[in-house]
Amino acid sequence: MSILKISDLDVRYGQFRAVRGVSFALEKGEILALVGANGAGKTTLLRALAGANPVFSGSIQLNGTDMTQTSSHARVAAGLALVPEGRKLFLDMSVEENLRLGATVGRPGDWTVERVFETFPNLVKRRHAPTGTMSGGEQQATAIGRALMSNPDVLILDEVSLGLSPLVVDQVYASLEALMHTGTTIILVEQDLTRAMTVADRVICMLEGRVMLDSPMAETSREAITQAYFGSAETGAVA
Amino acid sequence: MINILIQAVLLGGYYALIACGLAFMFQVMRVINLAHGALAVVSAYLVWLLADSAGLSPFLGVLLILPVMGIAGWLLQRLMLERAVRGGELLPVLTTFGLAIVLDNLMFQQFGANTRSLSPYIGDLSWEAFELPGNIYVGKLPVYILVAALVILGGLDLMLKRTALGRQIRATAADPVTAGLIGVDARRAAGIAAALATMTVAVSGVALGLRGTFDAYAGAPQLLFAFEATIIGGARSLWGVLIGAIVLAVAQSFGAQIHPQGFLLGGHLVFLIVLFVRLSLKGRSLNLMQILRSTGKGAAQ
Repeated sequence: MSILKISDLDVRYGQFRAVRGVSFALEKGEILALVGANGAGKTTLLRALAGANPVFSGSIQLNGTDMTQTSSHARVAAGLALVPEGRKLFLDMSVEENLRLGATVGRPGDWTVERVFETFPNLVKRRHAPTGTMSGGEQQATAIGRALMSNPDVLILDEVSLGLSPLVVDQVYASLEALMHTGTTIILVEQDLTRAMTVADRVICMLEGRVMLDSPMAETSREAITQAYFGSAETGAVA
Repeated sequence: MINILIQAVLLGGYYALIACGLAFMFQVMRVINLAHGALAVVSAYLVWLLADSAGLSPFLGVLLILPVMGIAGWLLQRLMLERAVRGGELLPVLTTFGLAIVLDNLMFQQFGANTRSLSPYIGDLSWEAFELPGNIYVGKLPVYILVAALVILGGLDLMLKRTALGRQIRATAADPVTAGLIGVDARRAAGIAAALATMTVAVSGVALGLRGTFDAYAGAPQLLFAFEATIIGGARSLWGVLIGAIVLAVAQSFGAQIHPQGFLLGGHLVFLIVLFVRLSLKGRSLNLMQILRSTGKGAAQ
């Protein structure tokens, strides 16, 4: 059984169809890279999965349970956690408070505040610092740690490298490396195609709200992904 | 002089008590609850009814109405404020203003124009006093009210800073969508916060009835004092509310020394001075929501 199954999903902002008829299923432990140009509907899709944007039509199933109309906090309780684009930390709270908030739903699992600090050692000395005073890399690590505190089955990472220096991006991915081998299912949005191709074992490329390419990473090439990204003739005409 | 100051601080304790619920609602839910004063008077009437019909001490009565007002606050959040907030910043103000009018007039219809007081039900306590050195007498009741204000402000502050529920409430206040995304039930947190705020209103309503008299329309002045105390202290922290309340009371008391009509004027003057100083520091225009936002900026991030 797929851990996450999305069928014919449509998400709209008024008249505008930001996500159009997207379907895919994820197996446990899969790491999916979601790529696409700005405005392709990636973030909207992820926010709809997490319950922050309402679904117009279609369905979302998590572990076989329909979650299409469930509130976002109930989806966290069911095992789906989103690290939102732009990190969205509670800036007047400390690192530890942000992490503890992540444990609100109380799902059983291995993740504790201490384990997050082991995974992201750069946070240890900032434990009681307000997150508003921290660097982008430290904030991103806190945001990922906060999502992990809910012990998710499916972890969604929306542009974790946005606004970070290449060196810090390397650090964040090095910390994620361990996580990727623990059997957690991961969806990540990454603008750096080279990096996406290294870490993920499957790729979905979106264009104007539609899935243009859905393939195991091993069976596709940089050229094929690039073509899907820009919507050239071989991958189908674009409306 | 010292006597005036001490009495003013005690009066400030009462203002802090009525202001803390208003400030808490604003900090946590971004809602200016204009029905705040009316709800306090509702609580006073409820306790008066218990005392008048069943002979129940107001101190026991307030314990009984705490859960009632808590549920009322939760319903207020669920049925009115939650929907009103979706309609923009001004809608909750208008909605609670309407609610205040409805409550005021319902109480007038029910209880008439007679003024009531809870002081007959507490025996000697209404005039008993502690004697301080220097021949200064302070009423026991105002002291107890100040202590109640300190306990409630301290309790709310500790709850917000130290408990899981407090973190959830702060997260919901800062960003309800993100709070939901990390597993916080934002509706539940907001409902609990509203219930807590309304429970403090119940205590302040009883304090109103114990200190003197009230009638169906006594809510508006209470709201005004609570509002002034909140703005002077800055809605940033709950302890700021205490400072604001004491500053307001001191200004009123000294105003009253200067001129018999000076009590309210002194308070309004300090309120306006603080407001304009804040505005000029922020360089912002005279817009109610902006003023409130600038005073509550710390919590709004």
